[in-house]
Amino acid sequence: MPEILQYGFMQRALLGGLMIGIIAPTIGVFLVLRRLSLIADTLAHVSLAGVALGFMFGLHPVLGALIVAVVGALGIERLRASGRLFGEAALAIFLSGGLAVAVVLIGLADGFSVDLFSYLFGAITAVQTRDLWIILALGLFVLAAVAAFYKELFAMTFDEEGARVQGVPVDALNTLITFLVAVTVVVAMRVVGVLLTSALVVIPAITALRLARSFRGTLLLAVAISVASVVAGMTAAFYLDLAAGGAIVLTSIAVFAASGLAPTARAAAR
Amino acid sequence: MTTSGSWRTVLTAPADGVVAAVEHVCFDYGSERVLDRVTLQIRKGDFLGIIGPNGSGKTTLLRILIGLLRPSCGHVSLFGADVRRFNAWHLVGYVRQKAVFEARFPASVLEVVISGRSARVGLGRRFGRDDREAAERALEIVGMNSFRDRLVGRLSSGQQQRVFIARALVHEPELLLLDEPTVGVDVEAQEQFYGLLRRLNRELRTTLVMVSHDIGVVAAEVTRLACLNRTLVFHGDPEEAMRSGALEQLYRPESLVVAHRH
Repeated sequence: MPEILQYGFMQRALLGGLMIGIIAPTIGVFLVLRRLSLIADTLAHVSLAGVALGFMFGLHPVLGALIVAVVGALGIERLRASGRLFGEAALAIFLSGGLAVAVVLIGLADGFSVDLFSYLFGAITAVQTRDLWIILALGLFVLAAVAAFYKELFAMTFDEEGARVQGVPVDALNTLITFLVAVTVVVAMRVVGVLLTSALVVIPAITALRLARSFRGTLLLAVAISVASVVAGMTAAFYLDLAAGGAIVLTSIAVFAASGLAPTARAAAR
Repeated sequence: MTTSGSWRTVLTAPADGVVAAVEHVCFDYGSERVLDRVTLQIRKGDFLGIIGPNGSGKTTLLRILIGLLRPSCGHVSLFGADVRRFNAWHLVGYVRQKAVFEARFPASVLEVVISGRSARVGLGRRFGRDDREAAERALEIVGMNSFRDRLVGRLSSGQQQRVFIARALVHEPELLLLDEPTVGVDVEAQEQFYGLLRRLNRELRTTLVMVSHDIGVVAAEVTRLACLNRTLVFHGDPEEAMRSGALEQLYRPESLVVAHRH
């Protein structure tokens, strides 16, 4: 067995990382195509406030993050649906607001700032067995939801109005997507960290969008790129003693850059 | 003449043959009234053309008819059911004016067409072989089956429009609504397209509603004509519309009529 697999913490980190590598770009493809890329970053910041609250009240930080992220997600959805704000302006309020709450709470209660740091940038060595179970359960939930509503999600992402005329419950599914984003960023937070989560949601998705020739192909390719980035990034982190979150994101960016070198692949395949 | 007695229940084939009805429908954009007390019935097998100048409310009326917009007043029924409670969407197909979608969207032609079967298959279920075959048949009908694995964003606008028509046909709707379906489509493709509509209407008894500003084409193809300019100026036989001068009235602004009188 390679050295990387001999440590329990690396096994947990890799398993958790693989689950994140699968769900983040799956959600990401829908977000990028619906021009909602920023929502992942926003909810990641909002969830940080949940982490801080979790520490303060003795709740599991991931659970705290999940609750606050979901509440934030529904708040964003309502604010957007009301149409009183420009779409992205609503996100800016939640993004900075979430971060501000987290910073204030940290200031109020000194002592857990080191732990919080690990949520900001991710800490693969800190993935406990319990964290892993939460990650796997939430990840499976996201995958099951996307699989169950795949054809509706495709229809409304491609053409929202056409989907409505097909009787697709667009508003309910919009809320579902936002909810799934909240779950995804919370899952990803532990490994890649709050600040880098949206990268894993967005970058493999836009890389796949450059290359794929069908929607299904885009999803599969995005997942493949993301999983490869997670594995390569973590391996590099382990052997070269790098920050794992950063290594994963840099790998995915390298793949993105490389995909730009083959712009003729799609044209040639036509 | 209305179907107000039966609009509470969903009937796939209303006894009186009325597929869709709008009654005293108004619509306001802000303080501007764009539709004023429009009453119109569409019967099974009709090929209704809706014409009118720009801004006459044609598209608005169509969108109200399929529940995308809520009227400010009046009431709309589809297949005997109030449109707000209507849920048999597999009976309805809709082709929008110039398909609006992101050109870089990574969807193959087949994926787009099969997505039209969503309502028929139902929430939470997956597409099966039947759906795939229906999609290929629909593509065959519009002559696009050989393009089924292409990215839809890479097609010409005329080809895209045929793909969207296939998407509207793929679930075999009884009522097909088309909003300026031939905008951006070259003349030859338009000819084929109207041939297709004639076949659907005559052979499959599909009820068609087409919004257009091309009076000549509409008058030649449709069996019923509605002339709209905020209010319903005329509704009936296309030839009668020509004779009665309804068309001149429709396209001549009030001021011009006055100016020509001296």
